[in-house]
Amino acid sequence: MKAFTKLYDELDSTTSTNEKITALKKYFTNAPADDAMWAVLILTSRISKRVLTSRSLRESFLRITKYSNWLYEESYSQVGDTAETLSLLLQSLDLARHESIAPGETSDKSLSNWLEVDIPELAKIKDEDQRAEKLLSFWKELTPLEIFILNKLMTGGFRVGVSEKSVVRALSEVFNLETDQVSHRLTGATDPGAENFKRLISKEKLESLPSQPYPFCLAYAWSERTEKDWDSQRWCIEWKYDGIRSQIIRRAGAIWIWSRGEDDISVSFPDIAELFAALPDGTVLDGEIVIIKDDQIQSFQELQKRLGRKKVSALTLKNTPAAFIAYDCLETGHEDIRQISLRERKQILEKLMTPLLSKKIRLSPTLNAENPEQVEDLRALSREKQAEGVMIKDWSSSYPVGRKTGYWWKNKVDPLTLDAVLLYAQAGTGRRANLYTDYTFALWSENKELIPFAKAYSGLDQDEINQLDYWIRRHTKEKFGPVRSLEPFHVFEIGFEGIAASNRHKSGIAVRFPRILRWRKDKKFDEADHLTTAFKLLDGTP
Amino acid sequence: MKARAWHKIWNIKTVNNLVRATSEGLYCEPGNFFIDPWKPVQTALITHAHSDHAHAGSAQYFCAEKCLPLLKHRIGHENKYHALKYGEKFKIGDTVISFHPAGHILGSSQVRIEYKGKVWVVSGDFKRGEDPSCDEFEVVHCDVFISEATFALPIYRWESGEVTAKKIFDWWQSDLERPSLLFCYALGKSQRVLAELKKFTDKKVYLHGAVENLTEIYRKNGIDLIDTAPVASMEKGYSFKGDLIIAPPSAHRSTWMKRFKDPQTAFASGWMQVRGVRRRKGYEKGFVLSDHADWIELNRTIEQTGAKTVYLTHGKTDVLERYLTEKGYEVRLFKTEYEDQEEASS
Repeated sequence: MKAFTKLYDELDSTTSTNEKITALKKYFTNAPADDAMWAVLILTSRISKRVLTSRSLRESFLRITKYSNWLYEESYSQVGDTAETLSLLLQSLDLARHESIAPGETSDKSLSNWLEVDIPELAKIKDEDQRAEKLLSFWKELTPLEIFILNKLMTGGFRVGVSEKSVVRALSEVFNLETDQVSHRLTGATDPGAENFKRLISKEKLESLPSQPYPFCLAYAWSERTEKDWDSQRWCIEWKYDGIRSQIIRRAGAIWIWSRGEDDISVSFPDIAELFAALPDGTVLDGEIVIIKDDQIQSFQELQKRLGRKKVSALTLKNTPAAFIAYDCLETGHEDIRQISLRERKQILEKLMTPLLSKKIRLSPTLNAENPEQVEDLRALSREKQAEGVMIKDWSSSYPVGRKTGYWWKNKVDPLTLDAVLLYAQAGTGRRANLYTDYTFALWSENKELIPFAKAYSGLDQDEINQLDYWIRRHTKEKFGPVRSLEPFHVFEIGFEGIAASNRHKSGIAVRFPRILRWRKDKKFDEADHLTTAFKLLDGTP
Repeated sequence: MKARAWHKIWNIKTVNNLVRATSEGLYCEPGNFFIDPWKPVQTALITHAHSDHAHAGSAQYFCAEKCLPLLKHRIGHENKYHALKYGEKFKIGDTVISFHPAGHILGSSQVRIEYKGKVWVVSGDFKRGEDPSCDEFEVVHCDVFISEATFALPIYRWESGEVTAKKIFDWWQSDLERPSLLFCYALGKSQRVLAELKKFTDKKVYLHGAVENLTEIYRKNGIDLIDTAPVASMEKGYSFKGDLIIAPPSAHRSTWMKRFKDPQTAFASGWMQVRGVRRRKGYEKGFVLSDHADWIELNRTIEQTGAKTVYLTHGKTDVLERYLTEKGYEVRLFKTEYEDQEEASS
């Protein structure tokens, strides 16, 4: 734990990529393989399993220390993070180990030991008093920073300020490997264990595990720079679908579906998996999963009903019929074909797919544009076609690893927008702790009430955030715990990608990816948009 | 002070208080003087030379002897000054006043006011931790204690200055290929760091112009500091590779910083206790080092003074108010214009 804590501290206290890589290399050079594998999984956000909720961590703390609830809440509102608040309060109560005690004076449990033995054992304890006792015994042997890390590991979603690219680079430099190789082996890796680390850094050419996907190629935003020397022969244009980017893996007699976030989502889409049984073994396809009803691609909201469930019920399967739109082929006849051109890959794809084509398995059509203006026209048409824009790919390009400039571009439709009134604010977390940065926006109803319709966290720069924070503190009507209700005053232009009817929200609508586009200081709050305007948008979009 | 605490501000008309808050500052009527007034007055007693406590324009100033050179530097040499030794009693009007060390910065004082057998103490800003650059805080028994509350939350707990200085030293030594820029307040914090660093090294430290003059005043008053040189004294092209440079926070991301190629940056302040604050301010490294009392020190100090009534001036006053009230203290708030000296966190 000490070595990992030191690594965390070093990564956290520099903004220089080189320094971060140096720290990573130092760690990977010395760490035992099982710890190193855990570290890889943690640093690249591949494990985010929650063993305890933040709430139960807090409850345990309050129970064992008899700490006053309000004082905890005041502290939390200053820190904005449960794991960190607890580490600081434990320090204040002398229930943490003093930092200045030299390493070696107390025994140090390895990262693997914590993650494989101590934390799972803690999770098994049902009795709350016993669990609190156990937690306290953990905390007492750790420094405040170690407590913070342990708490984060238990509550899941631990984010460390380092990119996957840096981790890959450090590993490849320490173990003398190609970065693409490490990157590929890491794709789809989710399991700890020394063996898995050895696989990751092996010098030999390894058969990849049958389930392992390829790293996804990611697109850059289309820019005017690239329009200058437009050549209609060079570019392959396709719709950009608002679904789940996925790889279909047909290997070893089985089928896996991987999402771009490198989750195995096979269980969520058994209807799709089943259809690909007819695909020849040793095939990998790249495409998009969407929900199609009455030949219409449905909103992303519909797609989400499939996710996060251990088993999808027959009713859900019936109500949300999934389809796969294929646009690339990465492997055929057990052979990696990422190096051949997109044109050739498309030909192979078509041949493979033709016998399978149906309502549920489709090929992504290629569109025509003679000039950049026609690309714009297509883009403008995309909502009508239930797409969120167009993709522009180089016909002659191989399938690159990760985001590499020049091959794949995306040109998305402009977001839908509404002018809404800021109605509630809540302090953010992490970097935004103790700053009011989580905003709720409202639209006018027919009877002149402001009805919340969207929450947004991003879109303002630091100056605007500070300015707004200052205003919020002085124009609070009421406080409900961490939330402040505000005098209706400020109007913001809110952009979002999609809008769908929803009976879970008072407003009757749910929007996708809402964010602040502009602070409309020119508008008074009674000039903000009405809900009826939002309902009109419903018809124009998927 | 938070807006919601305003309604609790002591109503000055209804109570016969020795010290009360006015629009000019804290006022003592029987002595007809103000403590750290933010507007010009006839007689001003100054607790310490930080700019939110020491304002120019008053007719006469009283301060501790060790505060005088800093005060003169800050508000001018021409004013009428009365400097008292720590503990020296002086009659002003119907009151007897004296200054006692507050441990905040060089010359910082608590003001003790005695009137008709009652003793009030105004703490100014104070800390309890050891600091080789100023006199240690003295506990003064009183009936009413007027305290700051800058860091009045239990998450604030300081390690000793020496331990933190060692961390600063290690950080500096960890990368001798780059300049190390440490940002901290020009008056007090910088000199505390310079005094602590002397325990670990005799290397030279370079100073931003704003830190330099104040450091000289410390030296002239017998505070033992590590060797320093002004950044400006080095010839053009000198790289500062492997050097430690101390500068005020206002220089962070300023054009002044361009002089240093690829520096590592850190900020020394109590606010650095919270990770999110450090990241927001854009410093790579944060060192938790404060010249204010932490939560435990605040509470211990209030207990030690024996006061049953406590007034709070600035900082997290609402938290400390509730906490002390639950413990049975009589707690009141004063509205002042003192800042959370180490810069507001919000």
